[in-house]
Amino acid sequence: MKTIQSRTVVLDIDNIDTDVIIPARFLKVTDRSGLGRWLFANWRYDAGGAPRPGFALDLPEARGAQVLVAGDNFGCGSSREHAPWALLDFGFRAVVSTSIASIFQSNALKNGLLPVVVDRATHRRLLAQPGAPVTIDLEACTLTLADGTSARFPIDPFARYCLLEGVDELSFLIDQEEAIAAYEGRTAPEARAT
Amino acid sequence: MTRRTLFDKVWEGHLVRPETADTPAILYVDLHLVHEVTSPQAFSMLRERGLGVRRPGRTVATMDHSTPTTPRGADGRIPVVDPQAAAQIGALEKNCAEFGIRLFALGSDGQGIVHVIGPELGLTQPGMTIVCGDSHTSTHGAFGALAFGIGTTEVGHVLATQCLLQGRPKTLAITVEGRLPRGVTAKDLILAIIAKIGVGGGTGHVIEYRGPAVGALSMEERMTVCNMSIEAGARAGMMAPDEATFEYLAGRPHAPRGAAWDEALRAWRGLATDEGAAFDREVSLDASSLEPMITYGTNPGMAIPVRGSVPEGDPGATLGKALDYMGLRPGQRLLGHPIDVVFIGSCTNSRISDLRLAAGLLKGRKVAQGVRVLVVPGSQQVKRQAEGEGLDRVFRDAGAEWREAGCSMCIAMNGDQLQPGQYAVSTSNRNFEGRQGPGGRTFLASPLTAAATAVAGRIADVREMLR
Repeated sequence: MKTIQSRTVVLDIDNIDTDVIIPARFLKVTDRSGLGRWLFANWRYDAGGAPRPGFALDLPEARGAQVLVAGDNFGCGSSREHAPWALLDFGFRAVVSTSIASIFQSNALKNGLLPVVVDRATHRRLLAQPGAPVTIDLEACTLTLADGTSARFPIDPFARYCLLEGVDELSFLIDQEEAIAAYEGRTAPEARAT
Repeated sequence: MTRRTLFDKVWEGHLVRPETADTPAILYVDLHLVHEVTSPQAFSMLRERGLGVRRPGRTVATMDHSTPTTPRGADGRIPVVDPQAAAQIGALEKNCAEFGIRLFALGSDGQGIVHVIGPELGLTQPGMTIVCGDSHTSTHGAFGALAFGIGTTEVGHVLATQCLLQGRPKTLAITVEGRLPRGVTAKDLILAIIAKIGVGGGTGHVIEYRGPAVGALSMEERMTVCNMSIEAGARAGMMAPDEATFEYLAGRPHAPRGAAWDEALRAWRGLATDEGAAFDREVSLDASSLEPMITYGTNPGMAIPVRGSVPEGDPGATLGKALDYMGLRPGQRLLGHPIDVVFIGSCTNSRISDLRLAAGLLKGRKVAQGVRVLVVPGSQQVKRQAEGEGLDRVFRDAGAEWREAGCSMCIAMNGDQLQPGQYAVSTSNRNFEGRQGPGGRTFLASPLTAAATAVAGRIADVREMLR
């Protein structure tokens, strides 16, 4: 993954929590496939399961969009990884906000969904222009608007490296076997184990 | 010597490798708690990659989220009628058997909400690193452990390597002066803290709760406070271990014994933040001025004193959407608002002291007509203890339902849920849209406020009933 070029979908609501992203009743699964159908289910469908007309994700201009722009503190609440799984399955590859909750951010990065935290001025412009084309460049850590103005976003350097190089974090951890065994020997944790 | 915080000491004591400019720290995990909803995909990954569980002895599993809390059948078993829940439960049984992990299965003596059983079994100990695929893992910070929620991919990392890749969080000291007034509980304290700093106010930080009002809390009250640290966005919440912590732990099944206990005590006594150690941020508040709190919106930061009013003026998009959902208006008072359901339970408020508080208020009183009251103990142990004290009879006599242990209506995965449009006062931790069932509307409050509301049939100020 190096760049994402896409139109945006905008949900101008702060504190969108993971129960809103995917309600708990859809977590009774033992795999991770097909969750995009239930993305924002309580906002997308009425009590009878019919689509609510006009919901941002289901507008014709949102078709194929890979970038979701949302209000402050996106992804707060539970640790369910089903939230990024559902966003990815729907087709999103990046989420843009002024702040993104820690556990969600970590879960997103581990699945290749890019959490993009931008300054408030850029955020305001994005919120005001649903459907605007943007380019997100992971190598340069920039989000660029159609008029050429761009904003830098922070990202954990190791997560960025893993995404750019296709490195798997678990393989990296497994390669630390010597250090892990040395730690266990040093602290004798098995003696403390219960 | 550098003056260190409680967090610094636990963090630094668990570094397999410290953070570098290019790589996060590798943090060793002492205790990994596992439940049925966030683990099946992690076990599948182990199988796909031909990996084992590195330290099965440091891994403990239970079932709580999708499990029914309905009464046992004639055979003594708790019937699981939902085929999806049954599949998750079956998967956890199979995974634990295959990978050699200790499981407290549905209906067994040790089963319960993962954050209730960890402490009650003495698995949770000061100075430990504890993780679980559940955001309310912050609960265990009440013992001076560094405890936080992780996603399913990370559950796989810990199963395979007993380690996590972690950036070092910042520290936030929340000092609580004074003492909680009568009728004001630990739940009201944490709701007031979240209302003050906001639902994103703790993002990127580990909170240390300190000060005289925190030291005066019981262990169960401390767990209630640390439990909701995540509702302020914090990575974790911690409290210095003290005599109350040690007294709680002594004699628990997995607590150290004999010489090991003495050695552990020496280590635990050194964990508290050094005098003069620096935090990245500090906040303080006075417990003496607090009142019973209640939420009015769709996140736990939207909370006010029970006699207060919903904020006035133009609410803006976010609060406007929340008030529409709740069927409330700016400036409206909540006291006296009619209620359909009262839920007493969850990893926030389902321990024996919570049930005693609620039962103390319900004793000799009746639940208001038309109000459904669910009392769901946090674990089989809490259930047995409550029954031993006759609390189940108090609840039943008052007209409440007395259930089996589990998460129940806090997350509404198991059939215990609100109907669309219903109002509930809940002792749980989240009032998010649809959290307790699609269209359900939640007011978060303490067990005392919940019990008082059950009797009144309307949102009540418990202090009037305590007089």
